[in-house]
Amino acid sequence: MLPRPTTHSKALGPGVAGPELAVATSAVLDRPPQPTAQRPLSGAQAFSVDPSLVESADGPRQHTQYPYVTGTSVLAVKYAGGVMLACDTLGAYGSTKRYKSLERIIRVNARTAVAAGGEISDFQYITRLLEELATDDYRTDDGIELGPREVFSYLTRVMYNRRGKMDPLWNSLVVGGVEADGTVFLGTVGMIGTHYTDSHVATGFGAHLARPMFRERQSDDMSEADAEALLRDALRVCYYRDKQSINKFQVAKATGEGVAIGKPFALETKWDYKAFAAPTKWAIGAW
Amino acid sequence: MASSRLVAGSAVADAEFSRDISLGTTIIAVQFAGGVVLGADSRTSSGSYVANRTQDKITPLLDHVYLCRSGSASDTQAIAGYVQYYLAQLQAERGGPVRVETAAMMAMQMAYGNKNALQAGLIVAGFDADGGSVYAIPLGGTLLRVPFAIGGSGSAYITGWCDKNWRGDMSRDEALDFVRNALRHAMARDSSSGGCVRTVVIDAAGASREFIPGPKLQPTYDELPAPA
Repeated sequence: MLPRPTTHSKALGPGVAGPELAVATSAVLDRPPQPTAQRPLSGAQAFSVDPSLVESADGPRQHTQYPYVTGTSVLAVKYAGGVMLACDTLGAYGSTKRYKSLERIIRVNARTAVAAGGEISDFQYITRLLEELATDDYRTDDGIELGPREVFSYLTRVMYNRRGKMDPLWNSLVVGGVEADGTVFLGTVGMIGTHYTDSHVATGFGAHLARPMFRERQSDDMSEADAEALLRDALRVCYYRDKQSINKFQVAKATGEGVAIGKPFALETKWDYKAFAAPTKWAIGAW
Repeated sequence: MASSRLVAGSAVADAEFSRDISLGTTIIAVQFAGGVVLGADSRTSSGSYVANRTQDKITPLLDHVYLCRSGSASDTQAIAGYVQYYLAQLQAERGGPVRVETAAMMAMQMAYGNKNALQAGLIVAGFDADGGSVYAIPLGGTLLRVPFAIGGSGSAYITGWCDKNWRGDMSRDEALDFVRNALRHAMARDSSSGGCVRTVVIDAAGASREFIPGPKLQPTYDELPAPA
């Protein structure tokens, strides 16, 4: 009896592909190539750009992605009567500042806004999922709409389940809004499904630069003007210190009245400190 | 038809000529009042070898919607094939015109749904009842509507030039000039772009093609004009 390897892919798990031949006999070596998922009967290489993806030692089903077009930080704070989300409008392509009019905040329904950093195509996919949810709500026509906490819970499950399949949606999400009973909600979901709610959240660089400012100056009952000023100051710092950012921002407000996404605006930045203009003027020998 | 593997005799030649065929490329599309202009160079490379020096990278998806292809030649050909097939079905079912946005979303679904296996940067542009529109689909499958789009390896060299020279109020001829010159400058500096310039103008009258052989392009800095 000639040992015949099965056509099961090793990616399905250990022991599935059957026993390996200890010694390759001529019956095996001289056989014509057997069809597999990656190499059909015609013998041609199947639809594949990188052969190493197919023939790698780990098996063909590598799903962990690499982000291409990315958004950077998202900042958000609660204030009296609502929540404010802010981010810039850049879609970066590696180091290149490629797309400068990208809206990274979406209105899910009258009570919820979602903003994202990370891979934009995955965020567009999430947007389609949320549109389906909102359309279903509309069709049900029972006067009840998904609230921000439910959208947050849904997105947490989506992100975690994709992580479990080793095929993540490469995004950091911020969900903000106002429940039907007036409670203000703000939460964040990461690409591996980590999630929490807080009075202020920030993703990316903002988590390091903006949150300390929020800790000092944010309070749940702050006025809208104060919240906007705080966000603008935080955006300014992120623009100074995050290389993948541009001076073009959007702020969205979710209140009991609904979700309003503002027009893009630029911030004043300060560069004319004396020491900035001539850093080495008083430090002979320095560079 | 470029296939994904060239077969050659000796082992050394095999290795070099068998590198994956790539549309190291410059592609561009610009919207103007009344339509769109698409443009591309004509070089297809396999490693350092120019596999095809007169490639046509602007592919019709519908009579009024065309696709500029960059990245892996085979991947973009496969995507174009599927999108043409599905759009033809849709057009037959609908019995009426298909919007440019629909065609662009179809291409995006192909690119995004197979993102781990594909290396394709696409630009979809066309003219429909709402006028001209340009959609960029970079690697990863993001879909973005933009007033003009550049793509491919050569686009990096002309980003600044395009930022400076693009205007939102260009006429058909100004847009054509913009496209021709952008490609000319990219081809001058990018080794993976070259050959000839192809353009397609899509407006209410339909699609019209233009072909400019390389020697007919005005030479750039430090290059010589072609002999008469």
